[in-house]
Amino acid sequence: MIGLEIFNTFILLLLVVAATASLWVKDLLVSAVVFGIYSFLMCLLWAEMGAVDVAFTEATVGAGISTVVLVATVFHLRRKSND
Amino acid sequence: MGEASIASELFLERLNYCIYVILLLIGLWAMLAKRNLIKKLIGMSIFQTAIILFYVSIAVKKEATIPIYLPEHDPHGEHSHNSSDENESSHIGTASGPVALEADAITGYANPLPHVLMLTAIVVGVATLGLALALTQRIFQGYGTIEEDELLDKLDRADERASLSPLILEERNARRRKKTTQSNGEKGRSKKKN
Amino acid sequence: MKVLSIIPVLAIGGLLLWAAQDFPKWGDVKSPASNSPVSSHFIGNTGVDTEVPNMVTAVLADYRGFDTMFETVVVFIAGMAVIAILKGSTKGRPRRKDHEVEAEPDLIVTNTVRLIVPVLQIFAFYVLAHGHVSPGGGFQGGVVMGASFILIALSWDLEKAISRFPIERCLTVAVLGILIYGGIGLLSMLLGGEFLDYAELERVLPVSREMARYHAMLGVEIGVGFTVSAIMFALYANLASEGRLKEGL
Repeated sequence: MIGLEIFNTFILLLLVVAATASLWVKDLLVSAVVFGIYSFLMCLLWAEMGAVDVAFTEATVGAGISTVVLVATVFHLRRKSND
Repeated sequence: MGEASIASELFLERLNYCIYVILLLIGLWAMLAKRNLIKKLIGMSIFQTAIILFYVSIAVKKEATIPIYLPEHDPHGEHSHNSSDENESSHIGTASGPVALEADAITGYANPLPHVLMLTAIVVGVATLGLALALTQRIFQGYGTIEEDELLDKLDRADERASLSPLILEERNARRRKKTTQSNGEKGRSKKKN
Repeated sequence: MKVLSIIPVLAIGGLLLWAAQDFPKWGDVKSPASNSPVSSHFIGNTGVDTEVPNMVTAVLADYRGFDTMFETVVVFIAGMAVIAILKGSTKGRPRRKDHEVEAEPDLIVTNTVRLIVPVLQIFAFYVLAHGHVSPGGGFQGGVVMGASFILIALSWDLEKAISRFPIERCLTVAVLGILIYGGIGLLSMLLGGEFLDYAELERVLPVSREMARYHAMLGVEIGVGFTVSAIMFALYANLASEGRLKEGL
């Protein structure tokens, strides 16, 4: 049981790092891709917690559709952001 | 002392709730403070998924399995052991159909209700994100920028122009028309010369 | 603004952390959420009432079917709103030259996708139909189906995907999904029960009350799958081409 808690805490810290990185970088395309990483880490965490339906939905909808739609929008805007 | 036990209770036993709160704060701060519209939308999405994470995590039970029936509780009954014990009188009627579970079997399954509610929340979240991105594209087509300070500048200038009195606007238009006819006249004369 | 907004954010954080002392410990079996009579009833009685092994699908499509119907309507409205916002928005505007993608469809990518897409669509049907017994269901199957069309649009160009699944047909399929869902509910009402009370369907189908709920759940998930797949593709197609549906990523 102690191994599971260490795993959970490690993935949660990676989540915080991914969320901060997605907001820090100035290139919007990199931001969208790191947001996809955040979605995949969430899906892993939920699959470990036993919420398999939620993990399946987040893997398809969050990491699939959400990332692709963000990249498609950034393609039509400017790729560099000022902050 | 009370202080030590608060710190240990909060940060050692409930460390995961602290990290959920940190994720919530990151998302909220991004929505308030970032100037780029796409960064604001990413902040909104981080906020939504952090809340969904918190909600799903309260459905966890220690040493419980996923919310799908195990073979011995399977309602379609062919795999259950009870179908062979027809002579045992302790489980009456299980050979013919499913029965409601006992309390100790119930604690062996994770709680399905938060999962259902959060399925809806995820799908509605992606619908909201799609709509917000369509609005962002439209704003970019109209104003040429998606930084909030430049947008506010342009809106202020458009407001100024729209709020001038009709006399001043007519004067400005007349001046502009005179300038263009003058420059057209000069171009015409220079063409004739050449 | 950046520094000024730290203050309310930290205040909210402090309040939440102070409230976090009262939360149940991680995985506590005696926590109020796990002990509540509603979830105990769902876990215990799903097998008896509906004979569906996957509790999440049973609660989603049967016990809380009303929520799922309106969630499908929300997805449909979002798709229609995106089409309405972006349609005709670039009329009379010259196309930006720096956004023209000059790459031709690559040979390896197109041939691999040609092999993958049929398998992907059959997998989407499997996830939809097997949602009663394994993780899956209407939403997941619908999104995988929509993703197969997005894959075609990404490897060739958008026009090839639109020629396979035009936007008018997308909207027709989406509306059909909602009508299937509402139609099953209305049929149950006409047979004497309440709206979305699937057990009344035993009068028209030759099955028992529990199996009537089982089969009606499958019908309802098919409706959800139609709507979600059509709207996901319509969302991508409009966003990737700014409403023009001519060129895109």
